[in-house]
Amino acid sequence: MNKRLSSFFVYTLLTLGALAMVFPFVWMILTSLKSFQELFELRWLPREPTLENYREVLFGTQFPRWFLNSLVVASLTTVSVLFFDSLVGYTLAKLRFPGKNLIFVTILATLMVPTEMLIIPWYVMSVDYGWVNTFWGILFPGLLSAFGVFLMRQFFESLPSDLLDAGRIDGLSEFGVFWRVAFPLVRPALAALGIFTFLGNWNAFLWPLVIIQTPEMRTLPVGVALFSGEAGTAWHLIMAASSLAVIPVLIVFFIFQRQIIEGVVLTGVKG
Amino acid sequence: MKRFQLSLAAREALWAYTFLLIPLAFFLFIRIWPAFQALWLSLYDWNADPSKRVFVGLEHYAQMAQDPLLARSLRNTLLYTLIGVPAQLVLGLGIALLLNAVTRERLRDVFRAIYFAPYVTPAVAVAWVFSWMLSANFGVVNELLRLLGLPAQDFLRNPSLALPTVTAVVVWQNLGFQVVLFLAGLQNIPRDYYEAARIDGADDWRLFRHITLPLLNPVMVFSAVIGTIGFLQLFTQVVNLSFTDQGGPLHSTLTVALYIYQQAFGRFDLGYAAAITVLLFGIILLITLVQLRLLSRRVEY
Repeated sequence: MNKRLSSFFVYTLLTLGALAMVFPFVWMILTSLKSFQELFELRWLPREPTLENYREVLFGTQFPRWFLNSLVVASLTTVSVLFFDSLVGYTLAKLRFPGKNLIFVTILATLMVPTEMLIIPWYVMSVDYGWVNTFWGILFPGLLSAFGVFLMRQFFESLPSDLLDAGRIDGLSEFGVFWRVAFPLVRPALAALGIFTFLGNWNAFLWPLVIIQTPEMRTLPVGVALFSGEAGTAWHLIMAASSLAVIPVLIVFFIFQRQIIEGVVLTGVKG
Repeated sequence: MKRFQLSLAAREALWAYTFLLIPLAFFLFIRIWPAFQALWLSLYDWNADPSKRVFVGLEHYAQMAQDPLLARSLRNTLLYTLIGVPAQLVLGLGIALLLNAVTRERLRDVFRAIYFAPYVTPAVAVAWVFSWMLSANFGVVNELLRLLGLPAQDFLRNPSLALPTVTAVVVWQNLGFQVVLFLAGLQNIPRDYYEAARIDGADDWRLFRHITLPLLNPVMVFSAVIGTIGFLQLFTQVVNLSFTDQGGPLHSTLTVALYIYQQAFGRFDLGYAAAITVLLFGIILLITLVQLRLLSRRVEY
């Protein structure tokens, strides 16, 4: 095929595909700027764009609280995953001790158990211990991730052991070697794992839906889902709420997209 | 000297066990023990009051064999997988091939980011936006169909259209993930292979058939398995795409995960729901083992 013609095809197809990817976001935002009356006129652009829907969602519902809840849950789980997963990854990669392989295989094996299977025992457990409808109840299943352990172990394995020995000779304790020498050296991996963990917990739906009972404990996805249910056909409000849930995620994504995409590549292709 | 080394090894082991203490406790009590507990729960008629719990043995498993809704949800889940996974693979590979042909690196990055963006957005919000766009009377999709001179469709309330529609939304959301994997796989193939084959007179199709496809095999298996497991656990989109009729219309979009949720937290039949999760675990285990077999098989050139 003619070279110019084929590159014309490539760009046309890619642009069409990209439009299909972007359009739902554009439509969501356009709808969120329309008044209730305009909603059903099937007009492409809002005649009189208004931020009234956003005002109503932000000040007339518990949306800010849900946003905050998600922020708390996602931040705490991310901090915990980054610390413990790298500690375990470091230990499995760089220390020698009996039972090492057994422990690694055991942790990896947990990846095969579907969340659905664990949710029922977690729920029974949460009822017994009074964790239902608490922050602890929402976040405890996500405090560590087997996938993260696997990822961090890969990274620590590539660190030269001489560096760690140098730290030991300087008189650092084993924890000091991990925290002061090894941990700062795997920053790219931490960035990828951190963003993934944050987004995963920010977007989580099934477990929070099970464990949350009152409107003020809802996380953002649960809030949006149940709010939409309660609001019935108030699409202008639903689209404003969805925009408020989606836009921060997209901003974070476009800032960190290199790390995020590298994280996917790392796990999928080299793993 | 020997004793000194031994004590060093012992010190290292001691540190290791200290580091692993909390994480191992987590994996044992939050991930492994509950999996066994689900097995055990599936043998009981569960009640919050311990004195009213009844051991029923394998009764729930017998019940599963005669539950038409479970059969329906399994059949639907199979359909989702059969439509969704190939669609994801073909579209993902296609877009990755197109992106790979883009020579300007910045432009390629921009496209890749656009395709990936839906993957990171909350599935709940995505589901609500699509259910608005797909609505029968006021949906923009039907407006587009009208402009093309095609009849309007009630995508989410028509029992024969609802499942493919949900699948399409899920594929839309996951596509970027596949694109990124395939693109990385493509870029890992050494250029020399293509050049050598070109000198031997191979055309584009033969390059694709004999170099690209076999070398992408591990990525394909990985994507297919991740995709299959994803569809087996499909929940959020199904629930939120038709909120008032979850799993509907007429159970046409009901998935195993949603059925488990309904049994466990709608009817509080925790024992029966646990039995279904054991079945789901069995299926996922099988798929993972097949994946390991396929991936460890050598690629032949």
